[in-house]
Amino acid sequence: MNLESFLLMRSEIGLLAILLLLIIFEIFSNKKQKAAVIPFALILLAINTVLGFLPLESGELFGGMFRTNALLYFFKTTLSLGVLILLLQSADWLKEKVVDENKASEFFMLIISSLLGTYFMISAGDFLMFYIGLELTTLPVAALVAYDTYKRISAEGAVKYILSSALASGAALFGISLLYATTGTIYFESMAEILTSSNLSILGFIFFFSGLAFKISLAPFHFWTADVYEGAPINVASYLSVISKGAAVVILMILLFTVFKPLMPVWNKIIYVVIIATMFIGNLFAIRQQNLKRFLAYSSIAQAGFILLGLMSVDQLGTATIVYFVAVYIFSNLGAFGVVQAVSSFSDKENINDYEGLYRTNPKLSLLMMLALFSLAGIPPLAGFFGKFFLYTAAASKGYYILVFIAVVNATISLYYYLLVVRAMFLRKNEQAIPYFKSPFYMRLGLILAAIGILVAGVYSPIYDYIFSISNTFLN
Amino acid sequence: MVKLIYTMDILSLFVIVPLIIVLILTFFGKNLKQARLITAIGMGIQFAMSINLIFAYLKERTVNTDLMVFTKDVLWYETFNIHYSIGVDAISVVMIALTSVVLFAGVFISWKIDDLPKEFFISLIALSSGVFGFFISTDLFTMFVFYEIAVIPMYLLIGIWGSGPKENSAMKLTLMLMGASAVLSVGILGIYFNSNADGGALTFNIFEIAQVNIPEAAQNIFFPMVFIGFAVIGALFPFHTWSPSGHASAPTAVSMLHAGVLMKLGGYGVFRIAMYLLPVGALNWSDFFLVLSGFGVIYGAFGAVMQKDLKYVNAYASVSHLSLVLFALLMFNKTAWTGAIIQSLSHGLLTAMFFALIGMVYGRTHTREISKLGGIMKILPFIGAIYVITGLAYLGLPGFSGFVAEMTIFVGAFQHPDLFHRILTIVVVSSIVVTAVYILRMVGKIMMGPLSNEDYKDLPKATWFEKTGLILLLIPVIMIGVLPLGLSEMLKESIQPFLERLL
Repeated sequence: MNLESFLLMRSEIGLLAILLLLIIFEIFSNKKQKAAVIPFALILLAINTVLGFLPLESGELFGGMFRTNALLYFFKTTLSLGVLILLLQSADWLKEKVVDENKASEFFMLIISSLLGTYFMISAGDFLMFYIGLELTTLPVAALVAYDTYKRISAEGAVKYILSSALASGAALFGISLLYATTGTIYFESMAEILTSSNLSILGFIFFFSGLAFKISLAPFHFWTADVYEGAPINVASYLSVISKGAAVVILMILLFTVFKPLMPVWNKIIYVVIIATMFIGNLFAIRQQNLKRFLAYSSIAQAGFILLGLMSVDQLGTATIVYFVAVYIFSNLGAFGVVQAVSSFSDKENINDYEGLYRTNPKLSLLMMLALFSLAGIPPLAGFFGKFFLYTAAASKGYYILVFIAVVNATISLYYYLLVVRAMFLRKNEQAIPYFKSPFYMRLGLILAAIGILVAGVYSPIYDYIFSISNTFLN
Repeated sequence: MVKLIYTMDILSLFVIVPLIIVLILTFFGKNLKQARLITAIGMGIQFAMSINLIFAYLKERTVNTDLMVFTKDVLWYETFNIHYSIGVDAISVVMIALTSVVLFAGVFISWKIDDLPKEFFISLIALSSGVFGFFISTDLFTMFVFYEIAVIPMYLLIGIWGSGPKENSAMKLTLMLMGASAVLSVGILGIYFNSNADGGALTFNIFEIAQVNIPEAAQNIFFPMVFIGFAVIGALFPFHTWSPSGHASAPTAVSMLHAGVLMKLGGYGVFRIAMYLLPVGALNWSDFFLVLSGFGVIYGAFGAVMQKDLKYVNAYASVSHLSLVLFALLMFNKTAWTGAIIQSLSHGLLTAMFFALIGMVYGRTHTREISKLGGIMKILPFIGAIYVITGLAYLGLPGFSGFVAEMTIFVGAFQHPDLFHRILTIVVVSSIVVTAVYILRMVGKIMMGPLSNEDYKDLPKATWFEKTGLILLLIPVIMIGVLPLGLSEMLKESIQPFLERLL
């Protein structure tokens, strides 16, 4: 092992460096300079993201505990871009509310450590690394949910989150231990060879799956979602629904397609039922929501159901489509959450009713919100349409037409509630509409990046074709 | 930029030009005057392009005997073998011409949109680019993308600028049409994954799939999905319910465009995709759908008789006339199919005229109730005269397009020798009588009847832009009515290969 092979961990090392630099900055800056942490951290993360577009070889480290390849690397870069957009969108909230309380750099540190955790989780080559990554992802977020310390609802959300996460991690760990009991190994590769369908291994798998299902908030493990999203600051809710969920879905896919491939007849049926339940529960509950954070919480539950459609095809197509859809979903959801954040930080209003007449006062924001929601609903030519259609294609390629049919019915239901928001913004007239306001620079940058993603990622086909070409590397 | 447009092919321009107009509108359409000027010029260019396309097509046809001409093929998604592939035959050419006439007239009719004019025209043009794209595509996926682009702006167009219970109508229309297109997407996937049944590669290309013999079991499953997916927008009974409320709530130009053009996507899709790609399924299911569409014809006609609101009358009349298109398509012979396409054209033009006229009357009298209107002819002679002409053309008076269309359809339908088709045809023919009832009653009451309200005496006369819009639509109606032979010859040639798949 030489120094060069450490460069395989380039993205992780980059994040670690950012963390250290932030700590140094925090120690050596005086009270007046604290606000400078925002541009400082943003620039560092931007550099790290841009570096992520440089190619990287695939390989293993630490005897197979850590592995990387083109697909994982691409996905990490996508997550990093998502976090960058998210931090841009929260920069002004930090500047106004958090810097005075002297907790701005902690915010960055917590988010970046959580991102580092997802990186390790994605790159994990055995269950030990996976579990460490899982905990590193979860714990900082629990602190972040409680960031509005003096709001009761925020503290409540944090408690709910930490309790359900602890339960989920416990379940996952118990599942891992049962799997270890049947196979005697914790390495993914050797477990994939040894694992056979026995009662114990199925039980282990189910515990493990329910642990991850908590993270993705699949039905019936979704109960924490809406309350936590509502209590958390908007950008933290956004982080939970975008980065944390997206990463968990991709990890679930990796594990199901490699380690648990011998158990496919079992998990196929489980996933089938979970998809249907998740879509219906997410969609039907979303219809009734008034608070936009809760609304987006249920909408993202439903979206998770859609993403799992890709799992039904255990091949390159499913892999590529899931990664692609998660990337598209990151942009769309960040667009929606960004607008909610912008409106909320100007007027403290978060309900759908408050958005009535928004188009006449803030046309650009409303337009972006509409694009984001239409992308989530899957309307062409926005990126979400292509993502969804390819997910249907992936499921249909293995003959699951009935499942696809149920999914398209759900897509129509989801269109209904997305249109409710569009109706409030565009169709309604309102004397007391939120007046015109100009978003600050960072916010605009964050929103524009999300909008570009929504508009370009679909029509510009080389993105998908690239993902498809590298998905191959991971299955072998 | 100029060079780019110059090197573009003649068809892609139909999609590109609307996008350019949208961009120009976004930056320069500051107020109503600028917005409508830009749109009028843009749609004028579009209209000129479609006239040019007809002549270019006729010229190309003399040297090129391929199924589709002006074809172009660009690889889009390599993974799924999705192409942006385009081409036209006579059927798509006349549909494109219809679209641009109705659009161009629609701009004049909506000359006085005062609420958010820029957004209105942008939505209208976005819709049109979807429609044009749909008519030129020869790739299932691309076609589907354009289809959805054509449907979704309807929500804003009805919801923002509509009248009456516009929010509910807009929501109902959007959900029903998008639900149908969701079902359609399953059907499309079914076709796609069976397109390698003969051992080739998976493909979305319509003409490549047409070479493949998709297994009968698959055809039986996916034909109804594709058929219903398209037929919902073609107002197939019992999925027509979005149409009356949607048309009644929509602003004038949108009703025109929707009834005149958008509903035609249904018949076109059934013809081009459902029947062409799944012929065995079509034959197996034809009796079932024949009964449904035949019932739709009668139901729509009687529905129209019962209505009190002018727009509802027309909306139900559209259900009746468009079910007739589906009915004719399910007859599977050349005459009936030619009739179906001429009926699409004729209905598109006439219903657009009707909605325009209703909009003009409503704009002046602020009521659409038949009982409150009367004697309009004396006050508004131009509008009244055109109204009568449109009505007569609609109920099939010889010399106008309506007669040619219906005559051809019924002659074709009666060619089937078996009892089932004959009885059904006779039943459907009787709808002509019902049509005469509601048209003549409506025209008689509101145009010729006694003046119902003294206030109406001071109604303003038709303006130049209203006249322009109406005359633009009237010219092709008379042209088809007087000289149908050229059109039907042109269409028959293109229909032949599609018919051969079924026999």
